Order: sequence, then C-alpha cells, then structure tokens
Amino acid sequence: MTATPSRLTVTVQRGTEGAIRHETFDVPAYENQTVLDVVTWIQQMADPTLSYRFACRVGMCGSCAMMVNGVPRWTCRTHVNKVAADGQLEIAPLRNLPVIKDLAADMDPFFDKWVAAEARHHPSAGRADEFDPVTSQEPARAEADLGIECINCGICYAACDTVAGNPDYLGPAALQRAWTLLNDSRDADRDGILAAVSGKGGCHNCHSMGSCAQYCPNDLNPLRAIAGLKRETVKAAWRRKRDA
Amino acid sequence: MLDLRLYMAQRLSALVMVPLVLGHIAVMIYAIQGGLTTAEILGRTQGSLLWFLFYGSFVIAVSVHAAIGLRVIAHEWGGLRGRVLNWLMWGIGACLFYVGILAVLAVTLP
Repeated sequence: MTATPSRLTVTVQRGTEGAIRHETFDVPAYENQTVLDVVTWIQQMADPTLSYRFACRVGMCGSCAMMVNGVPRWTCRTHVNKVAADGQLEIAPLRNLPVIKDLAADMDPFFDKWVAAEARHHPSAGRADEFDPVTSQEPARAEADLGIECINCGICYAACDTVAGNPDYLGPAALQRAWTLLNDSRDADRDGILAAVSGKGGCHNCHSMGSCAQYCPNDLNPLRAIAGLKRETVKAAWRRKRDA
Repeated sequence: MLDLRLYMAQRLSALVMVPLVLGHIAVMIYAIQGGLTTAEILGRTQGSLLWFLFYGSFVIAVSVHAAIGLRVIAHEWGGLRGRVLNWLMWGIGACLFYVGILAVLAVTLP
C-alpha cells in the first residue's frame, strides 16, 4: 500500500456559470477515505456554503459524479489514495454540463437527451395482457442486458469529447438506453427509436473514441451500443429503400 | 452534425475509395518502376474511357468523403452551424470536384 500523506491539498471549483473561481482547502487525510468523504469534510468542517450532490454513498444512485483531477468519477466509490497518491486533489463539477453552483452540475440537458433519443419505454401490452417472459437466452435480450445496469451518473457524458465539441449530440448514456430498448421484446416503438437516434444529434456523430466505455464506473460499454445503433439504422434504411 | 444520410454518404464513398486507393498506389508504383515518361503515361491515359471512369469516380468519392469529414471538424472544432456549415460543406465538395475533374480531363481527354 502506498504511504498516505497526513494532509490533502484540495482545490475545489466554486461559484456558478460565468463566475467560476477556485478555492483550496487543507483536509486531513485518512487511510480509507473516498473523494466524497473529502467533499463532505470540507462542507461540514471548513465551508458550509459548499454545494454538491450525493444520495446513496454506495454506487447505486449515480448522483455524486464529479471531475476528480480532470477525470469523471463516481466520488463515493473513488478512494483518495488511488487517485491522489501525492495528496493533491482537484475537484470540479461534471464536464459538458452547465453548473448550478459549485460541484452541482445541471443534469437537465443530460436527461432531456434521454427523452430526445426515445430512450423511454413504449408499452406493447396493457394491464390485462399476458406479459412477455424475458429470458437471457435470447440474443437480443442478452444484448439488452449488457446495458441495463446504467445508473444515469453522467460520467460517460462528461467523458465524451464528441459531446464537448457537438452540444447537439445525444451522448453515450441516452444512446445506450435507446439500444437496450431496441433489443427489448416489450418495447413497441422500434421505428420511433431508430428515427430518434438518426437525427442530426444522433448516433452517427460518435467518433468511436471510447471514453464512455473507458470511464463508465459500472464497466458498461456504450460504444458497443452505439455501434449497434449505427448498424441497425443503416439496415433499416436499406430495408426502407428496398420496400419503397 | 451528421444525420443518417451524411453518415451513409461518407461510409459509401469510403467503400468506393478503398479499391481505388489501392489501384492508384499500384499504378504509381508500376509507373515509376520502369521509368515511364510523361508522354508514355499520357499515351496510355488519353482517350481511355477506363482511366476516365477510374479517376472520375475517385474524384467524386473524394469530394463527397472529404467535404463531410471537414464539415464535422468545422462544427466540432470551429463551432460553425446551420446554413454556414452547409455552405462550407457544399463549397469544399464543389472545389474538390472542380480541381479533381479538371485534372482527370487533362490526362484522359484525347
């Protein structure tokens, strides 16, 4: 185990959009300490006006993602001595999103894009109908299963350089969700999803750089999902041409 | 800034370019091996429908492919959008096609 420094020098981004500043805090270091613990210590012991967001503290809710030393991470599951062996921490709100205040990023654009990608369930059966049994033996279901553990933390969205350069791009999380629904036998709007991911901000903007898969804390692979969407949209387009 | 149509156009033009690039490189290597003179090269290309179609389709594919690729760079790195971006794409495509087809005609017209 690496030696733990006794103090941490933590630089935190403060303020709102247009009035960003950076403040440095001297924080005691412990052997077992997450980045979220550090942020909480600052808020409770040094500056109660610090705003940040968290809920479950165990990597389930996806609320506490922030930029840690320039890399998007879930702070509740990120140990300080794994990312800041030299005792230096730089914490900022998630990249590619507007800042509400301090470390709280505005997630609205992120979730608006889920809706724009038709990444919501389109029911195929009513309350009185038999439900479709879901077994992971079917290839389409197995493909959907690869992406359903997304916790909406926004880390892939913050990591994506295509989102940074192209604000219209729907982003990895929304597209991956659309892909899981496309492979879900219970979803009734296949054509709607394919149309939604084929627009000017759609899956075809992805440059396959793979930061989404690299930084996803749940080891999901949105890059694979987006490649699947590209394939299916192209197939559907050929089919439409043939049938026209 | 890429919808399905532009994406398909860029991928299909890439598909066309793959054999043409290989063919072009092969021709270049062949042409310099034996020391073909300009006159000898022109003697083979002028009046040849085959070379006109080969390099003509190359020019079309390059114009489409490069114009869409530069459109993406202009948007993501240059921040251009909307009509300006469309004009730029069509302008680049038209320029590449114009200079390319002039060159093709210069060596293939009898």
